[in-house]
Amino acid sequence: MAEPATERPLPAWSRPAGSTESLALPTEWPGRVTREWAWGGSTGKGVRVCILDSGIEAAHPLVGELAGAVAVEVGDDDEVSVVEDAEGDLCGHGTACAGIVRSLAPDCELFSVRVLGAGFTGSGTALLEGLRWAVDQGFDVINMSLSTTKSKFAGLLHEAADRAYFRRSVLVASAHNMPVESYPWRFSSVISVGSHEEREAETFFYNPSPPVEFFARGVDVEVAWLGGARARSTGNSFATPHMSGICALILGKHPELTPFQLKSALYLTATNVEGLGD
Amino acid sequence: MTDDRLRAAVATGVLASEDAHRALLQATVEVARAIFRAKASSVLLYDEVTDELVFEAVAGEGSETLVGERLPSSTGIGGWVLVTRQPIVLDDVSKDARFAEDAAKKTGYLPKGLMCVPLIHEEEPLGVLYVLDRPQEIRFSLEEMELLGLFGNQAAIALDLLRKARRARAVLDDAGTDAALLARVAENLEGLDGERRAAGVDLLRSLEALFS
Repeated sequence: MAEPATERPLPAWSRPAGSTESLALPTEWPGRVTREWAWGGSTGKGVRVCILDSGIEAAHPLVGELAGAVAVEVGDDDEVSVVEDAEGDLCGHGTACAGIVRSLAPDCELFSVRVLGAGFTGSGTALLEGLRWAVDQGFDVINMSLSTTKSKFAGLLHEAADRAYFRRSVLVASAHNMPVESYPWRFSSVISVGSHEEREAETFFYNPSPPVEFFARGVDVEVAWLGGARARSTGNSFATPHMSGICALILGKHPELTPFQLKSALYLTATNVEGLGD
Repeated sequence: MTDDRLRAAVATGVLASEDAHRALLQATVEVARAIFRAKASSVLLYDEVTDELVFEAVAGEGSETLVGERLPSSTGIGGWVLVTRQPIVLDDVSKDARFAEDAAKKTGYLPKGLMCVPLIHEEEPLGVLYVLDRPQEIRFSLEEMELLGLFGNQAAIALDLLRKARRARAVLDDAGTDAALLARVAENLEGLDGERRAAGVDLLRSLEALFS
């Protein structure tokens, strides 16, 4: 039986003859990309940032209002449901990450996807399903200050990370600072983040020796903590929301950028690349 | 039963495994406490049956009372570190009212700062290592984070040995299993000397020839 005639999108790997003129870029890239061009004047307004973590304490003075909060629940047979989250933060960590993003991009919209609370046994499933859900929602930036060492999740996380990349959701993931294999930060479709010891929130370095691609502030950071409190914290998981905040600033000013272009802009504006030129 | 478990069970018949491994774990937390000049250090093992973290070795504050105490694996800093495999360092954490209440309830001691690192062996997180209240005047550095990670690796190996010894012991305690029978034979043979031992070894060699 003949296939019904339908209009299909062009395959991504070829162009019809003579059509390359239509590949115009929506953004005018300057001769030299500076921080001023990339995020000067931006507050992250209009950018939807998802914090995949332990939940977020809403209305913490350093976090402000949330645009939404859900929890990933894992049942007995690995049955997964995503429900409205009434618990808030079960640890403090998600609130800390949210506060860091807010400090850099004060007008972004913050969403919480809680993947902690399913018990250790269900944690890999919760992480994977939380990520898939976040990608489906089309968040502009997804902050993942966490990883899994379970290789059975690696392939599935890789698929989710690539899907995010092509749907223009930027995954920003913490690198591991111990010599273990973990995911998803090792995938090239994510922005992976380690720590440096400098004090400035907008100081970040491009790493010419991957897999860790960027180093951001992650030592002795004052963060939001539970009960409206503050704490001082260290770890790659606090460097990651610094990069997420900077991504939100850039996307607030240049919402048309793809993850590839955004990563290029990050490279060109990194402290060790731009040479503090502006 | 897998070959590994059989071999481990038989080995446990002739080695005082748990005590030795517990001592290794205790030595690890003592050294961690000394190196970071901390008030306390502890190792918690994940109990997959109850889905909790259990204090296995404690140095310093809480060493008298904490071993055997349990924490949930789904909440709190230990649970977060276990689930996310990410180490964290927190100072001034006592300002967090919920943390303060939980900590005080369990230990009678309220830390101001803590470091917590996942103990990962092969691809499995086995538990977490805590270091409590290092000197506050010293700013934390990435070098220390690296040291903490190295310590975590060592503690993970000790914790893995302890866990294997316990599993093997559980097999032995189930007296009806083949492994228990073999382990009892190995244990009894180890206790013999002189002619009886030589006779026992001869008998086992005959059995080996018969089975091969």
